[in-house]
Amino acid sequence: MKVPRLPVGGFFEILVDFVRVTFALPFDWIKVILLWVNEQLVFLLELPPFWLVAIMVAVIAYFLAGKRVALFTLAGLLFIAAIDLWPETIITLSLVIEATLLALLIGIPTGILAAKSDILDRLLHPVLDFMQTMPAFVYLIPAIMIFRMGAVPAVISTVIFAMPPTIRLTNLAIRQVPKELVEAGEAFGSNWFQMLLKVELPQALPTIMAGVNQCIMLSLSMVVIASMIGAGGLGSVVLNGLSNLDVGLGFEGGIAVVIIAIILDRLTQGTRKEKEIAH
Amino acid sequence: MSKLVVKGLYKIFGSNPKRGLKLLQEGCSKEQIFRETGLTVGINNANFEVEEGETFVIMGLSGSGKSTVVRCLNRLVEPTAGEILLDGRNILEMDRKELLQTRRTVMSMVFQNFALFPNRTILANTEYGLEVQGVDKAIRQEKAEQALALVGLQGYEESYPDQLSGGMKQRVGIARALANDPEILLMDEAFSALDPLIRSDMQDELIELQAKMKKTIIFITHDLDEALKLGDRIMLMKDGQTVQIGTAEEILTNPADEYVRRFVQGVNRSEVLTAADIMVKPWTTVGINQGPRLALKECKKHGIESILVTKEGMKLAGIVFVDDLIAAIRRGEQTLRNIVRENEVVRVEPDYCVMDLIELTLKSSIPVAVVSEGGRLMGVIVKSSVLRALIPERGDESA
Ligand SMILES: Nc1ncnc2c1ncn2[C@@H]1O[C@H](COP(=O)(O)OP(=O)(O)O)[C@@H](O)[C@H]1O
Ligand SMILES: [Mg+2]
Repeated sequence: MKVPRLPVGGFFEILVDFVRVTFALPFDWIKVILLWVNEQLVFLLELPPFWLVAIMVAVIAYFLAGKRVALFTLAGLLFIAAIDLWPETIITLSLVIEATLLALLIGIPTGILAAKSDILDRLLHPVLDFMQTMPAFVYLIPAIMIFRMGAVPAVISTVIFAMPPTIRLTNLAIRQVPKELVEAGEAFGSNWFQMLLKVELPQALPTIMAGVNQCIMLSLSMVVIASMIGAGGLGSVVLNGLSNLDVGLGFEGGIAVVIIAIILDRLTQGTRKEKEIAH
Repeated sequence: MSKLVVKGLYKIFGSNPKRGLKLLQEGCSKEQIFRETGLTVGINNANFEVEEGETFVIMGLSGSGKSTVVRCLNRLVEPTAGEILLDGRNILEMDRKELLQTRRTVMSMVFQNFALFPNRTILANTEYGLEVQGVDKAIRQEKAEQALALVGLQGYEESYPDQLSGGMKQRVGIARALANDPEILLMDEAFSALDPLIRSDMQDELIELQAKMKKTIIFITHDLDEALKLGDRIMLMKDGQTVQIGTAEEILTNPADEYVRRFVQGVNRSEVLTAADIMVKPWTTVGINQGPRLALKECKKHGIESILVTKEGMKLAGIVFVDDLIAAIRRGEQTLRNIVRENEVVRVEPDYCVMDLIELTLKSSIPVAVVSEGGRLMGVIVKSSVLRALIPERGDESA
């Protein structure tokens, strides 16, 4: 028996086309802004010499995560410079930073609202499931169609890919704030914002930081994939290695990604642990 | 006028609570309603008034609706129906702004599990209520320090809650509630999470504090001893309903129903009962101007060896003994004036504690007389009445 072919793909084509045409103007603005932000980030990261950046990040690592992480950070970044991948690393980092900031900027408030509204929570649930399970490559396609090639579609698809855990964990974190603390806040006459800022967020911070950590890691992995649409950076090094069957080049790019991943992970986890100890 | 008046208060948990309200008014029970509709009755027609400056205790078993009642007072729980008048003003009709203002300045709450903010220092916890009011940093710090001093926690300002013991945590809870100088303190099982000894200390301290502060306190507990110790008046709740409201004595001596009677049974009655509660009418007395023959006859009739003697207006004159009566008859005396012994009989006032009576009655073979301030004889206490008071009535219970 032959099942009639449903035009699901066609539906998404029409949808993306519709969105692209209808919101052409705002998309242009978004494109201009995102590109500008990315250029500034690259400019800032390129400003100091590589060894100064390595030392600065290592110092930050020392305060956030301790001596061992600081040493690893210094060695790792110098190693990347030594295999001549510093410029690519800067591009990758600029994309990760921009995408992460954007994902947090949207994700944390959305998570807060979802924690406060059961209706929004229920609406978001399937959307987040969809966003998280969809293979990452798929996001690249509409992103290219709307924003063409380059850093902007890379950032957009990365934001979509990396945002769900932030929303989820923020939502969870706020819902998990002990009921009695919320009651105490309320009993003493806190208004909505005081409740959020003085009671809920401080309690929720460790879990929200876990969401930030996940967001950064997912951003990094997506930014690497986004090199396929011309985002550049360490992903393109790996991609070049792949297309030229250059094992050496491929591994060099891969190792640089791993080093960056470990540094980012330890930096953000370090802050989480310290906050937990603080109270 | 009462500080707080609660009239016809209902709270039904679940969706479409009005349905449950109708069923309640038709006379369905809490269980019935839960079985039929899945709604939980939290409060079922609670009515009470709290006077300014009194400690009003709400008591009942777990699940009887105490916490729900106290949370309706500051609307942490939104009642389904009823009125709550604060100085004559209905709290349930307040808009959000007025409600916040009331919570900030009129009522403060102390929680069973302390509910201190773990990320704030003790001082910052205590400042919280003032902070949300937007009080100046310097002023709120000063007030918070005063409140901490009041509960004996100077020197702990910079500690964090998890560095403190349970008793100290709850002192912070009380300091936090006192810092914004509220008119009403709501204390929901404030001492229930503490060890018995610490708990008893905290009760004593609350009584001491209250003597200074004269706040209106609504104190919730499931513990009768605590209720009796702290409460000026006690309200007993069962299944969300008010079962009885009264002073400790009224509830102990005159339980409204079987539920209250059972509740009351476990209590160490000697600590709360007074002479007036357990005294009995003297079997017989004689006037001081009556003759010794009559007195002797009365003694023989009741099989007693002494008899209380009264003067005009039922004032207690003293006691006469059978031996003296016989001698007086031989001497031919016409009244008891010469043989009445004023100091042999122990006199106590009506509010004398039963605990102290035990010794008195056991030591003497003659009854202890309960006399009013004017010296009027009100009743007597014999050994058996003390014993009966100490052992809860089990007459109507199948053991
Ligand atoms: N938020 C709630 N949702 C549903 N039922 C509740 C809720 N809060 C309390 N109840 C129910 O209301 C009744 C009274 O509870 P509560 O006031 O906490 O009793 P108490 O403080 O006397 O132990 C109980 O049957 C309880 O299960
Ligand atoms: Mg309770």
